[in-house]
Amino acid sequence: MSEHIGLRGRTWFQALTENREPMAGDPSSILASEAQIGDELALFLCVVPNPSSRFPCVRDGQVGLEEAFALAHHLRSVIIEDREKPKAQKRPIIAIVDVKSQAYGRREETAGIFFAAAVSSDAYASARMAGHPVISLIAGHAFSGGFLTHGYQANRILAFDDSGIMIHAMHKEAAARITRRSVVELEQLGHEIIPMSYDVRDYAKLGLLHKLLHVEDPQRPTAADIEAIRRDLIDAIQDARRGATDLSNRLQSEAAKQTRKAGIAVRAALEAQWENA
Amino acid sequence: MSQANLIPEFVRRQSFIELDGRRRAQSLFDEGTWRELVGPFNRMESPWLPLQGIAPQADDGCIVIKGKIDGMTAVAIALEGGFQGGSIGEISGAKMTAALDLAAKDSQAGKRTAAVLLLETGGVRLQEANLGLAAVAEVISSVLALRPHAPVITLIAGTVGCFGGMSLAAGVSSYVVMTREARLGLNGPEVIEQESGTDEFDASDRALIWAIHGGEQRVGMGLADTLIEDDVEKIKETIRGYVHADLRPEYRSQQVELYRARIAALDTSEQIDPRSLRQKWSNGTKGELR
Repeated sequence: MSEHIGLRGRTWFQALTENREPMAGDPSSILASEAQIGDELALFLCVVPNPSSRFPCVRDGQVGLEEAFALAHHLRSVIIEDREKPKAQKRPIIAIVDVKSQAYGRREETAGIFFAAAVSSDAYASARMAGHPVISLIAGHAFSGGFLTHGYQANRILAFDDSGIMIHAMHKEAAARITRRSVVELEQLGHEIIPMSYDVRDYAKLGLLHKLLHVEDPQRPTAADIEAIRRDLIDAIQDARRGATDLSNRLQSEAAKQTRKAGIAVRAALEAQWENA
Repeated sequence: MSQANLIPEFVRRQSFIELDGRRRAQSLFDEGTWRELVGPFNRMESPWLPLQGIAPQADDGCIVIKGKIDGMTAVAIALEGGFQGGSIGEISGAKMTAALDLAAKDSQAGKRTAAVLLLETGGVRLQEANLGLAAVAEVISSVLALRPHAPVITLIAGTVGCFGGMSLAAGVSSYVVMTREARLGLNGPEVIEQESGTDEFDASDRALIWAIHGGEQRVGMGLADTLIEDDVEKIKETIRGYVHADLRPEYRSQQVELYRARIAALDTSEQIDPRSLRQKWSNGTKGELR
């Protein structure tokens, strides 16, 4: 599966923006473009593999230092340009997500990749809190620190209903090693324990997704597929504009009320004890 | 200072690192002003660990204490490194976000409530995988919602350190305080060695680990604010200072262009020497030991 990482991201970026080239000043791993969605312009952002990156540990589609700061740069520019506009006119931001993970490298740790990732999450969250609809379209893999850096601060998350979608805290081999299980055991456990699952339909049961999207083959979308996904994105943008600018919607879906009921109970208990403390 | 003065001072010193998460959080507050919220007697445990044959803990390794720090209302949220490596699960994550959200609500209503995050954590609890990752995203969002209204102070004392997704929560905090015994990074040395090989990172090389992730380096290079001795009184004094701090128009994680230019200027043809990087980045930041 890993040889496909980034292909779907690139495919959907091109399909939705009709653009395929990195912007001047950006690393080749960052695709950023404005494009029409419905009757307005949106900023589309995507991280793709750059096999010739000067940082060796990002060459397979991991999110590294340059990627995080480039994303933050584009996000901050849009926030500043739209600062005076009313909420209804702030440009939507569409993060197309297909990332292997964060970069696991010594150069990255030395130069503070934790901070770079924080800078990018801050920029995404700041855009959302300023009133920009921030929508994540998960086209392939969304792993761990890669997803935290690129996409997990969105106020609406969409994913294809497809076996090629994988959203998780850690890839199977490493998670198996660290929790001292075999990969087979880990997969088995995923069927029983929803948050452990690597299947996007189980992920949907956590209540974190706005919608599962249906196309025949996300890697080879037809013109009709692209039109359908555009409509889904427009719906998500409108829904985000109607809703709160925090992440509270992730606890309000029917699925969340079921699967995350323990966490919801903790929030209620803490609120009840807060005033008298 | 003469040796005769130094020795009694060292003996009288109370170690902060030797305290567990609960005692650490308690030690920051003015006497008689604090109360633990959703404590162990509320028995809000992880529903996911028992399904995997792992004993849960009655506080899920997360301690929330509200009270006064030097007369100012504050909430401290501590992750207990001794339980499942301080990892973030559904319950501990919900405690953190709920406390931060309530502090933000009060602060916006004019009751400024600072937050102190005591982070000893390896990041997401893999037994709760996707709910842990979602919790981290929510914690980051809640820190950012509070930061314009009240200080959010991350304290990393050691010895677990702050790794994985929670290192982003440290990264977006208003201030980061570390001891020499503390470490801060996204990927721990063992993880890098596993993923990228021993040539990339030799996880048995202790000197290398501390040179990269250690508190002295992080403060020295300006990615953390204060290096502090492992001393309860000194840590309390430092946190008091930050609880009173004026709000700023811009915090470190908003300084995109400064750091983007610094990354662009790195020579990546070989590994980066931590010491020379510290010298290059240190201008204007304070790295002295308090």
